[in-house]
Amino acid sequence: MSEDFFQGYKGEALDLLKKYQVRVWGQAEIQTTRGDFKGTVLPRSENDDDKHIVLKIITGYNIGIDTGTVTGMKETGYKKANYQIPEKEFPITEGLPKIKLLGTGGTIASRLDYRTGAVIPAFTPGELYGAVPELADICNLTTDKLFAVFSENMGPEQYKKLAISIGEEIEKGIDGIVIGHGTDTLSHTAAALTFMIQNSPIPIVLVGSQRSSDRPSSDAALNLMHAMTAAGHGDIAEVMVCMFGPTSDEYGFLHRGTRVRKMHSSYRSTFRTIGDIPLATVTRKGVVPIKQDYKPRRKDKQVKIMPYFEEKVTIVYYYPNMQPDVIDALVDAGYKGIIIAGTGLGHINKPLYPAIERAHAKGVHMFMTVQTLWGYTHMFVYDTGRDLMAKGIIPAANMLPETAYIKLGWTLGQTNDPEEVKRIMLTPINDEITEREPYNGYLIYQGGVKEVDEFVRKVHK
Amino acid sequence: MYNYQKMENHFDPRANYEKTKKEVSYVPRKEATQKTYDDIGFMSGLEVHQQLLTDKKLFCNCPAGRFHDSDDYDAEVIRHMRPTLSELGEYDGTALMEFKTRKEIVYRLKHQTTCTYEVDDTPPFPINRQALDIAIEISLLSKLNIVGEVHITRKQYLDGSIPTGFQRTAIIGVEGEIPLKNKNVRLIQLSIEEDSCREISDIGHTRVYKTDRLGMPLIETVTYPDMVNPDEVMEACNYIRFLNRSTGKVRVGMGAGREDVNVSCKGGTRVEIKGVAHTKWIPELTHNECFRQWALLKIREKLQSKFADYKAWEMSHGFLDFDMFEITYEPLKVAKDSGEKLVAVNLPGFKGIMSHFTQPGKMFADEISDRLKVVACLEKPNLLHTEQFEPIITDLDLDIIAPMLNAGPDDAQLIVWGPEEDMKTALETIEERCKMAFEGVPEETRKSFENGTTIFERVLPGADRMYPDTDSAPIPLTNEVIDELSKGLPTDVVARYNQLKEWGVAESTYNYIFKRNLFPIIDTISKKHKISPKWLGNFIGHRMKWVEGHFEKGEGFNYEIIEDLLVFLKKKNYNLKLAYKMLPVLYHYPKMELESVLTSIKFKERQQDEITEKIDFLSEKFSSICYSDSTENRIDWIMGQLSRMAYGNMGLENLYQVVKQKISE
Repeated sequence: MSEDFFQGYKGEALDLLKKYQVRVWGQAEIQTTRGDFKGTVLPRSENDDDKHIVLKIITGYNIGIDTGTVTGMKETGYKKANYQIPEKEFPITEGLPKIKLLGTGGTIASRLDYRTGAVIPAFTPGELYGAVPELADICNLTTDKLFAVFSENMGPEQYKKLAISIGEEIEKGIDGIVIGHGTDTLSHTAAALTFMIQNSPIPIVLVGSQRSSDRPSSDAALNLMHAMTAAGHGDIAEVMVCMFGPTSDEYGFLHRGTRVRKMHSSYRSTFRTIGDIPLATVTRKGVVPIKQDYKPRRKDKQVKIMPYFEEKVTIVYYYPNMQPDVIDALVDAGYKGIIIAGTGLGHINKPLYPAIERAHAKGVHMFMTVQTLWGYTHMFVYDTGRDLMAKGIIPAANMLPETAYIKLGWTLGQTNDPEEVKRIMLTPINDEITEREPYNGYLIYQGGVKEVDEFVRKVHK
Repeated sequence: MYNYQKMENHFDPRANYEKTKKEVSYVPRKEATQKTYDDIGFMSGLEVHQQLLTDKKLFCNCPAGRFHDSDDYDAEVIRHMRPTLSELGEYDGTALMEFKTRKEIVYRLKHQTTCTYEVDDTPPFPINRQALDIAIEISLLSKLNIVGEVHITRKQYLDGSIPTGFQRTAIIGVEGEIPLKNKNVRLIQLSIEEDSCREISDIGHTRVYKTDRLGMPLIETVTYPDMVNPDEVMEACNYIRFLNRSTGKVRVGMGAGREDVNVSCKGGTRVEIKGVAHTKWIPELTHNECFRQWALLKIREKLQSKFADYKAWEMSHGFLDFDMFEITYEPLKVAKDSGEKLVAVNLPGFKGIMSHFTQPGKMFADEISDRLKVVACLEKPNLLHTEQFEPIITDLDLDIIAPMLNAGPDDAQLIVWGPEEDMKTALETIEERCKMAFEGVPEETRKSFENGTTIFERVLPGADRMYPDTDSAPIPLTNEVIDELSKGLPTDVVARYNQLKEWGVAESTYNYIFKRNLFPIIDTISKKHKISPKWLGNFIGHRMKWVEGHFEKGEGFNYEIIEDLLVFLKKKNYNLKLAYKMLPVLYHYPKMELESVLTSIKFKERQQDEITEKIDFLSEKFSSICYSDSTENRIDWIMGQLSRMAYGNMGLENLYQVVKQKISE
């Protein structure tokens, strides 16, 4: 295949470059009606228009030249940039725990992709060591890039593959697993792995970053160090999410995989444990448990891998005036399980009743969760709730809607028997349903109030 | 190590300092001529920063231009900065150095001026168009070639002055020109950028910033190094500042305009003096920096003559025990009590170098000390050496140290102390700076002081720290947009600026005058009706502005009414000062007859005689009521009684003379 000399350019801009024989990475002198410009021609992002040529000028800045103003152009040199994170061999240190980092994609370590202008991941131990040399003081690292998909493209196939790979690593005697993952669906994967990998003797830590590692203030390096510390030195042998506690570079939280949720589109401290308190805090010095009822690390290899998933499962987010045909359409499309995120204590409106009855009659498994995220379903309180239960909707206590979705998929991957489905769904595997909600589980304070502002001034958020 | 009186005089550092100062041919700036600068190859360029006058910040909707005290904050956020790779796959030198310093950066936030964007918890909003348009206008005035598309770029700053670790910045134009008295100075580029945090403190491993200024729109005009003496640098700087200000669309006042000055000497290196707060500091700073470089080249020459293969030069060090010495020096006592480490270093061949002149009042050893503060986070004083003017290391101390280090007679020794974990970096820093002395002038940025000297701030960052901003899309600048902005441009702003200055109009009025485009009115009225432009400029720039801020504008008011008003007063032969009282009324009721306006301010036309004839009566009255009968008091009192009546009818100065005369009669 011939080399692409005009990366990303199309239409007018491409014609112009071809006409004057100027390549991407070529040094160019361009005459325009606005004066002369000099610099290195850079690739153009594929989604940008075809009316500009991107130039890196001598001072390091990028500028765009309007093709309509160009009167002449000349290539005076050529130097292709070699963009890579310096790769150094990851040092092996006697006595440090063995960690396997499994790559799924995401932005833990990354570099720029000129075609899209976005960042793409880089992931070998050598590259990681080049970027975060402190990791060598924490563990002996090996990596496996299982797949390179963006977080939103993670799904059942990937969950199963991950579970099986982790089972194999445990069999081989690894001390801890870290999974690099985009943050958007990090909690979905955490829930799936909690169900698919049961009785793990070692920590399984999912980690991502909210600021890609191409930024000096990225949370990636610290998150990685925290995750490696939790996986290699921590005593908690569960599937956990490890991300920033406060937005400050201070400590990370370990969240139980079934109770964690991304709560802000861009904050570093976006992951929160919902309806409970986090498992532990983690710094480079080690893991400090907050909850005492965790599953401790063991020496055996008695893990149970259960890689099942039924894909015909969905979540319906209820809103006022929802029409019954929404439910009907799902049933007709062959969906076998529906998680409803209902209002308040777990409600939907009356006009949906016939559709619910129809779905139930067709054997669709329906579970009720709450849109409020915090709190339990309580379907005995109002008639509506009692009606719904009579029509086949099973309340799922305080299971988070996304966790319930993952669990129903996993359950239906094993059985279709209504009683068995109900039993599995309502038997917690790792706190997806809790018996108690601690009084300090729900803490959403409002700024502007004197005592809250005083707290925020004193304690790093 | 106790303060002692020098017993033997092996080596006199003070004499060495003076001797080397002469060798460098240093002269104070007042005595310097163009030849002085030509001889050492003075070369300088500028980066002039100017805040733009916008309502909001550049990439978020926080208000711009509100500031708060360092202790007035609502929350704190902590960040650490790590170097990343540039787009071209390289780490930047500064980045690596900053990483070495391992600073904990604390940001103090105030709700009013800071949102989640400033602390990098929200991606940027689209660029502030108001700011972008002002930047384009100033680029056009600076005769720059305007880019076809604005690309937001991230420029890394690992000192923590921006919580993201980079500044979002973009080029608006390249290759322009400004005219000075005797020559044209070429411009490299003009960029728009977000302003950084203001530093509150920097002690040890903690640096504290506040975020009020962070994100405010700023432009940076960069010149080629075309200036060949310190005065030219200041002239160019003033020109750029005036040009920016003449648009009336930039901020003025403390910190609104700041300069970075690049200086080099023949055979030297581009050194950047950062954040010069006052233009008037520029000549002294550039003068001294050029000579500092010249001195460093002299040092290189001396060192190279001592070491044939200077790449093999190595220093040696040994850890000391505090108990080996009798310690009276206070900082060392503190270090001992806090369990710090003490290290002695031998610098082969550096005798006579440590006390070598670099700047007025500074020697080479200060170059090492400055770096220890920044790179190894050791607060000053952080070292002692064998060529201090007031020695603290005694001969007795040296008897212990020298053999331990295998020191020779041509060597210099220094002692450094600090926390154990910082010692590795400290030793590396000392060795690095000494090795640089063999190479000449290190590339660095320096912090300026009012006395014209500078200290090391950071390693000079290169183009490697630039990175495209993946959070922002490019913004096309079409010919239509540029043509439209060109239309509104004043054609000869700088000439107008200079004209106002020449007339003696107060500088505080300029922004208002340019913003409202009132220059042509001042110019026309003063010429047409022979009114002093100084008086008119101040009247419009101060009184008109005040009136606009305090009264409601009546329908039909426009600035031409000012002309009608002044013509009316002139024709009636009234004192022009009446305009001050009439303007508020006229502004609110622009259609009112001018005579009626006079009535409304209770003005009564009086002949001069009518006023002055009361003087005798008043003088008598004063005699009967006064406590102290001085002439001065008498005049003052009479003036007080008559001034209201005189207002508009006769000048007070004139009245004063008449009163004075009448009393003495």
